[in-house]
Amino acid sequence: MIFNNKKADKLITLYLPLSMMLCFTIFPLYWTINTAFKPEGDIIKRPLQYLPANPTIDNFVNAWTNIGFATFFKNSLIVGVATVIVVLICSTLSGYALARYQFKGKRGFMLMLLCTQFIPRAMMIIPLFIIFKNLGLISNPLSLIITYSAVEIPFTTILMSGFISGVPKELEEAAMMDGCTKLQSLRYVVFPLLLPGIVATGVFTFIYTWNEFLIALMLTNQQNKFTLPVGLASMMGEFNVNYGALAAGSVIALIPAILLFAYAQKHLVNGMGGAVKG
Amino acid sequence: MDISSGVTETTIKSKKTVKKQKITKGNMTPYLFILPSFILIVGFLFYPIGTVFYYSLQHYDVAAPFYNGFAGLDNFVTIFTQDKMFLPSLLNSLKWVVTEVGLQLIFGMILALLLNQTFKLRGMARAVAFIPWAISGVLASSMWSLIFNEHMGVLNDLLMKLGLINEPQAFLASTTTAFTSVILAELWRGIPFFAITLLASLQSIPVDLYEAAKVDGASRWKTFIYVILPQLKNTIVLTTLLRVVWEFNNVDLLFNLTGGGPAHSTTTLTMYIADLAVHGSNFGYGSALTVITFAILLLFAIVYLKLSRYEKE
Repeated sequence: MIFNNKKADKLITLYLPLSMMLCFTIFPLYWTINTAFKPEGDIIKRPLQYLPANPTIDNFVNAWTNIGFATFFKNSLIVGVATVIVVLICSTLSGYALARYQFKGKRGFMLMLLCTQFIPRAMMIIPLFIIFKNLGLISNPLSLIITYSAVEIPFTTILMSGFISGVPKELEEAAMMDGCTKLQSLRYVVFPLLLPGIVATGVFTFIYTWNEFLIALMLTNQQNKFTLPVGLASMMGEFNVNYGALAAGSVIALIPAILLFAYAQKHLVNGMGGAVKG
Repeated sequence: MDISSGVTETTIKSKKTVKKQKITKGNMTPYLFILPSFILIVGFLFYPIGTVFYYSLQHYDVAAPFYNGFAGLDNFVTIFTQDKMFLPSLLNSLKWVVTEVGLQLIFGMILALLLNQTFKLRGMARAVAFIPWAISGVLASSMWSLIFNEHMGVLNDLLMKLGLINEPQAFLASTTTAFTSVILAELWRGIPFFAITLLASLQSIPVDLYEAAKVDGASRWKTFIYVILPQLKNTIVLTTLLRVVWEFNNVDLLFNLTGGGPAHSTTTLTMYIADLAVHGSNFGYGSALTVITFAILLLFAIVYLKLSRYEKE
């Protein structure tokens, strides 16, 4: 009776394929963490250790202090936070305009936002390099903050306008009826209701800046200005790759992205669904 | 009768005042609100794209500035007649996009269907399954390079334990395995995108539809084909379109895992452009290649949208 039909059915159609796919998902993460905690000599030693026999944090110390991950981390953080601030301000304003006003050129503006989604990113690196070279901003975090904001704003504007449309206009009008000014009604009525949406938008933007590689590679040529992806890539490009430090550096880059992701994960399915459905 | 006419009068009145308010208030505010976004988008997305078209018609080589100047269609002629890299890299792009998007869609669909069922720890399973979505291309490259590596890579160890190979392989350095290896790594990162979007629209399918199919005695496969799939069609069309464009442009893994090698076997068109931009100096030529890429993507988007709408009617 243990293996009745229903249970066998569920095993074949759900648990078995799901656990296979989850194993595939987890395996690279597991292997990176495993490698990061092995001492230098054990990494290449055969038979391979599937759990570190002599766990150590040497690789993390080495990556953080000697290879410069402390600097890469700081650079990524500066670019990420600044971009999130710019994007949130701009996209809340433009999202509000799209959600609440009828104006001439609205359709044109929305079409413009849509068009940007088809611009090949690789297409931008040569002209961006020339523009920021002329502005004297190569290897300056400002060039990345500006570019990332421009890249992210179209999508986040659409996202924010969706969130703002979800706040009933009547609430805002009622607050103004009760004597609030326009700004007060935005601050005390609309903003608190929008907060989850704003947080989700901020998280998506931050993850994008944390992960972006090609533009950062093109616009940065001094090692002390590298962001994490460029730093990792330069490590992989070396002739003698230090695998332990590479794994440790990967874990360092991984942690903030995973934490933020775990936090915003619930909004992801809802927000994405809304954005895709239009 | 009196009452009803009074009501309509007041509603008309209030409508009028609302309209008046909108007109007097709505003239400048929305424009001020969109201004910062507008400036950033035009200045740092549209303007750079515009200059690509300009540079594509120029001889513009940082390493040989004395030849710089108007080139007409020279760059394009060179690409189509003399460039031995162009056609192979275009074919590689095609191979890359078709396999990636195809496999990601299939496995993403399977994952979404699995995660849409009810079971214990579903929330946790979803969170774990979506993790690769948040991981960068570079990070994925570094993680998979630790797996594919000839000396310390775990894939060799596993395959040898299973008796499938006798000695360690350099998966990323051999023309027979390099492409497949990168495909696998990118697949790992790409499945969650489809799973997330498909799951979102699976959740919006009314439960009655499933129940009706069940009452009619439809098998699971038939329910999927005739009930679920039509409901997901719009999402599938849109996500595959976005993903094709995205994968066509995506070079992070190719750049870091193989660098387009060995023997250019993993050089896609975008990889070729990125390599020219990062390591080369001939920006005019790179811009011309970029214009061609843009034209290809634009053409694809138009045809694809036309075709998918055509099917709908």
